[in-house]
Amino acid sequence: MRRALGNIWWLARKEILGILRDVLLLGLVVYAFGPGIYLQSNAAGESVNNAAVAFVDNDRSALSRAMQDALHGPWFQRPDLIEGSEIDAAMDADLYTFVVVVPRGLESDLRRGRAAVVQLNVDATDVSQASVGAGYVESILLRAVRDTLGGTLPAPQVDLVVHRAFNPNGNNTWFEAVSGLLNWLTILTIILTGAALIREREHGTIGHLLVMPITPFDIAMAKVLSNAAVVFAAFILSLVLVVQMALGVPVAGSVPLLLSGTFVYLFAAAAVGVLLATVARTMSQFALLVIITVLPMMILSGGMSPVESQPQWLQYLTWFLPSRHYMAFAEGVVYRGAGLSIVWPEFLLVAVLGAAFLGVALALFRRSVASA
Amino acid sequence: MAAPVVQVRDVIHRYGDTLAVDGVTLDVPPGRIVGLVGPDGAGKSTLMGLVAGARRMQEGEIEVLGGSLRDARHRSAVFPRIAYMPQGLGQNLYMTLSVMENLRFFGRLFGLRDADSRARIDALLRATRLDPFADRPAGKLSGGMKQKLGLCCALIHDPDLLILDEPTTGVDPLSRRQFWTLIDAIRDSRPDMGVLVSTAYMDEAGRFDTLHAMWHGRVLGRGSAEELRKRTGEETLERAFTALLPDGARDDRPPLTMPPRPDHGGETAIAARDLTRRFGDFTAVDTVSFDIPRGEIYGFIGSNGSGKTTTMKMLTGLMPATEGDVSLFGQPVDATDIGGRARVGYMSQAFSLYGDMTVRENLALHARLFRLDARQTRDRIADLLDRFDLSDHADAGAGDLPLGLRQRLSLAVAVIHRPEVLILDEPTSGVDPMARDAFWRILAGLSRDDGVTIFVSTHFMSEAALCDRMALMHAGKVLDEGPPAEIAARHGDGDLEAAFIALIEQADGGGAEAAARAARGIEMGPAGQDTRSGASAALTRALAYAGRETVEILRDPIRLVFAFGGTVILMLIFAFGISMDVEDMKFAVLDQDRSPESRAYLQTFEASPYFLPMPPVADTDALVRRLRAGDTTMVLDIPPDFGRAIRQGRPVEAQAWIDGANTQRAGIVEGYVRGGHQSYLAEGARPGAGGVDVQTRWRYNPTVDSIYAIAPSVPAMLLMMFPAILMAISVAREREIGTITNFHVTPTRRVEFMGGKQLPYLGIGLVNFALMTAMAVFLFGVPLTGSLSVLTLAAVLYLLASTGFGLLVSVFTTTQVAAVFATMVISMMPTVIFSGMMQPVETLEGGARLIGSAWPTRYYMQTSVGAFTKGLGWDGLAHNLLWIAVFIPVFIAPALLLLKKQEA
Repeated sequence: MRRALGNIWWLARKEILGILRDVLLLGLVVYAFGPGIYLQSNAAGESVNNAAVAFVDNDRSALSRAMQDALHGPWFQRPDLIEGSEIDAAMDADLYTFVVVVPRGLESDLRRGRAAVVQLNVDATDVSQASVGAGYVESILLRAVRDTLGGTLPAPQVDLVVHRAFNPNGNNTWFEAVSGLLNWLTILTIILTGAALIREREHGTIGHLLVMPITPFDIAMAKVLSNAAVVFAAFILSLVLVVQMALGVPVAGSVPLLLSGTFVYLFAAAAVGVLLATVARTMSQFALLVIITVLPMMILSGGMSPVESQPQWLQYLTWFLPSRHYMAFAEGVVYRGAGLSIVWPEFLLVAVLGAAFLGVALALFRRSVASA
Repeated sequence: MAAPVVQVRDVIHRYGDTLAVDGVTLDVPPGRIVGLVGPDGAGKSTLMGLVAGARRMQEGEIEVLGGSLRDARHRSAVFPRIAYMPQGLGQNLYMTLSVMENLRFFGRLFGLRDADSRARIDALLRATRLDPFADRPAGKLSGGMKQKLGLCCALIHDPDLLILDEPTTGVDPLSRRQFWTLIDAIRDSRPDMGVLVSTAYMDEAGRFDTLHAMWHGRVLGRGSAEELRKRTGEETLERAFTALLPDGARDDRPPLTMPPRPDHGGETAIAARDLTRRFGDFTAVDTVSFDIPRGEIYGFIGSNGSGKTTTMKMLTGLMPATEGDVSLFGQPVDATDIGGRARVGYMSQAFSLYGDMTVRENLALHARLFRLDARQTRDRIADLLDRFDLSDHADAGAGDLPLGLRQRLSLAVAVIHRPEVLILDEPTSGVDPMARDAFWRILAGLSRDDGVTIFVSTHFMSEAALCDRMALMHAGKVLDEGPPAEIAARHGDGDLEAAFIALIEQADGGGAEAAARAARGIEMGPAGQDTRSGASAALTRALAYAGRETVEILRDPIRLVFAFGGTVILMLIFAFGISMDVEDMKFAVLDQDRSPESRAYLQTFEASPYFLPMPPVADTDALVRRLRAGDTTMVLDIPPDFGRAIRQGRPVEAQAWIDGANTQRAGIVEGYVRGGHQSYLAEGARPGAGGVDVQTRWRYNPTVDSIYAIAPSVPAMLLMMFPAILMAISVAREREIGTITNFHVTPTRRVEFMGGKQLPYLGIGLVNFALMTAMAVFLFGVPLTGSLSVLTLAAVLYLLASTGFGLLVSVFTTTQVAAVFATMVISMMPTVIFSGMMQPVETLEGGARLIGSAWPTRYYMQTSVGAFTKGLGWDGLAHNLLWIAVFIPVFIAPALLLLKKQEA
């Protein structure tokens, strides 16, 4: 046991020295956790952000102008005025997500108590913006009508006030920051760990290690821990300097809890890297495996689209992605201020999945070395 | 006399601060064979690379075949007349390609017509006796055969200058002899050809017309072997070379003779019994047995591929034996026995230390891994640095050391834990005579003074002669075993090399000598005067690269399966998995009113398919707790006087609390909640805002199903990532394994090299495009309402851009790891996050919007969505196609400019 710890320590130390001397590699890590996170977090402030709107104003009244003025930033761009004949071409060319058609005589009809219809065209291929945005446009237009025409119209009796817990302004930066951290943790750890192992095999140094009193377990653990440690250091710096200071995202829960959960996740991601590297024979095979693994980990873990929206069979599959549980864990700690008593199942799952991947990797490892 | 083929004048070449070539002047006259000898790091390889045009000249002047190599036009004009074989076994070969495919590839690069090429290949294969192996992959050839094939590839055209950089290093004596016979035959048929060659074997150097003894980048002396011996008054060429060295650099010790072996006791250190190893139906090692007493130096010699390395791997326990067993000091070797490994030191054929660490760090790491403590480590390192004469290099990077020093370091690492047994696999291959001498003096000390048992393989007969006993191995079997002098006497009249050749020829039934005779008699007829030129030659070269790349991919079924299967799987899970349609959203109520009115209000939500009612919430504290635990996404809070207010006609507010942690989901939930509220208002005909009704028309996708947007978007992501990474690795790999030299020294132009390599990946991408389009239409039921031909054209342009990006990355990176890493990290964000799949690019802010717009994925995604869902054709999509097309030159032009046709 003590011997294994000594081996792992010395091998891991060598590994870290190697990474710190690789300028290109370090540069890319810094880019990812610095500008990468910053850009992604600031990409969109709100759920509906800067959406492009056009008006076909057949009324040219004070009311129709008030309706246009009501649509403003940060949710909407200033509406463009277009002709009715231009709608199809403009929407085909992706110029606008929403086109509002105001009928001739809207204001006068309403003032006379007649019913009127405002048409809202939505480009439903922008699925993320379309349904939420349409709701926004509708309520904003209705409110503009009410405000402009004042007391001539009855107010709705039942109103619904929507609150967002944990992130009152629906600030996307917060969410994107954590989602971005997850992405880079996953990508960097898997590639670094796996590539380090493949390089060692391609250069024959692994055979050299295996004639020494070192077990495959020592080698794999050293790779896992050293690469996880490097990414962990980058994560801490990014969390403090970029996420908390530059982006001003508050961490509601316990930072030590977040850090320990992150280290456990890094362990799991590095184990996935080792597993991929033992399955792949060459660097090109490894690269393909990385794409096939990392993209789902990024996209299907809840950071880009909700896990609940996945069909049930796929949810069973994504259950095996440690990133999905880490995302749930991080969301809980960072926004909801959840403590260990709430997030322990996710914490445990990430650890168990990581250990399982490492176990499978070790079983395959000897075999892959022997045939190298 | 005719003008020299090569004139080198005052050439100086530096790598950073290191002076590699320091003012060399030499000529290669036509018909002559000019040799370079000297220790590692003397500048021989650099000089040869410069003469071959593979490296860019710094100072001085080199004229080859009547023109300066500084003139790019002259260079490309003379490339077809130069043949260059770089150092290293099969360095210019493609290992997964067969012998025949390698030769055909080189034929096309040099513009040979197919018929001429075929005749030429036949002649070369017959002359080298490689014809029975025409269909064997180059990687499966023995070292000697690889060198012969390398020579054939270099000679596929008619060269006037042949440049061979240590062509026989690592090659067994018989294959070496055959190699030189072949060279002689070629020179006979091309009497005016000049040859420039370097070697580590002094006996070979004796056959050259002129020798240049090089040391530290300078020529110390030149002349025929005879002249050099006479001038220095030494008997052997080896001693003559030593005598030329400046004072201080000379090793004036008498030649090494192995001291007699003291008695270390009769204990058997290594015992092998009927050791056998099979790979499939190929028997690499066939019932080999030996007993080696403690302290003995046991030499293992044999032809390339005879099973020496496999035997040694079994001795270390790295590779399990198929049959038979090995024991060290009476203990069976067991791969799982950790303790036993401390008694063995192993040095593998390839340099296997960490090149990015210093000499001292490498030693320290291994000392620590063998559990020396800090103090022991320090003492042992000091001792070894001194004993192995490495003190001056203690803080140099191990990867930067010349070969001889590296091998000494490898040995120091192998003995750091004072092992009782040393297993050394060709430790001196490619090492110069002086460094080899120093190496063997250390071995002698280890064996005689410390009683270390040494098992060593070598191709040098002079080293074999120093062993106490030796075994001669061929085709997996030990042919003879005994003290070297006895073996030499038994089979070769006292000459060990003759004994080696005789024994192996005997085993092969005399075929080898016949081959040598055949080579001598062959006429190397002209390669064909009618070579291709101009555009036809350029196209042939580009297609040669494309064809070669395709064959390599097809030979790697795993890569093939991943490249196609990966796309299909990802398309499948993303199209199903990326969805903005939330169903069964968990919601709970906090009904503080419990009136018929409040129940009517809540009923609207409970009846909706989007909401899944959870147990009600008791109070405000519970509300927060439930949201924090994440098992409820939304809570509707009805105030106590809700029902009364409605009955009295007073305005009243209900509250909705949404878990805002995941903003994406919260946005969708908010939309549904507001929708639910609106439908409650509409249902009861409760007045909303006077007579106004907002009528929403969902265009292109009336059901607002995510699939209509996602299925066309996913291909945009995958057609970027896969081709870009595969492309970047493909070029980085050539650089890492050295085959890029073929691009440097053949008439291949940059655009031919890149275009040729791009073509197969364009093909893979198009097949993937077809697969994903078919999946979208037939599996996901997303009809292609627009123009298929415009979409296909867009895909072609897009793939040119994505592979172009891969090329650009590959120009900046030197290793495959770096290529993978850089491609992934740079392309990930603009492809996946800022491309418009999750959020339209127009709605992004600041830098993200800029990055999204400056990346082709966005435009292809719009094209794909437009063609599938919006029914668009040429008119609606032309501007996107134009944008995609802009990226092709943006990526490829700098890649072309920055790709170096010559090394530094």
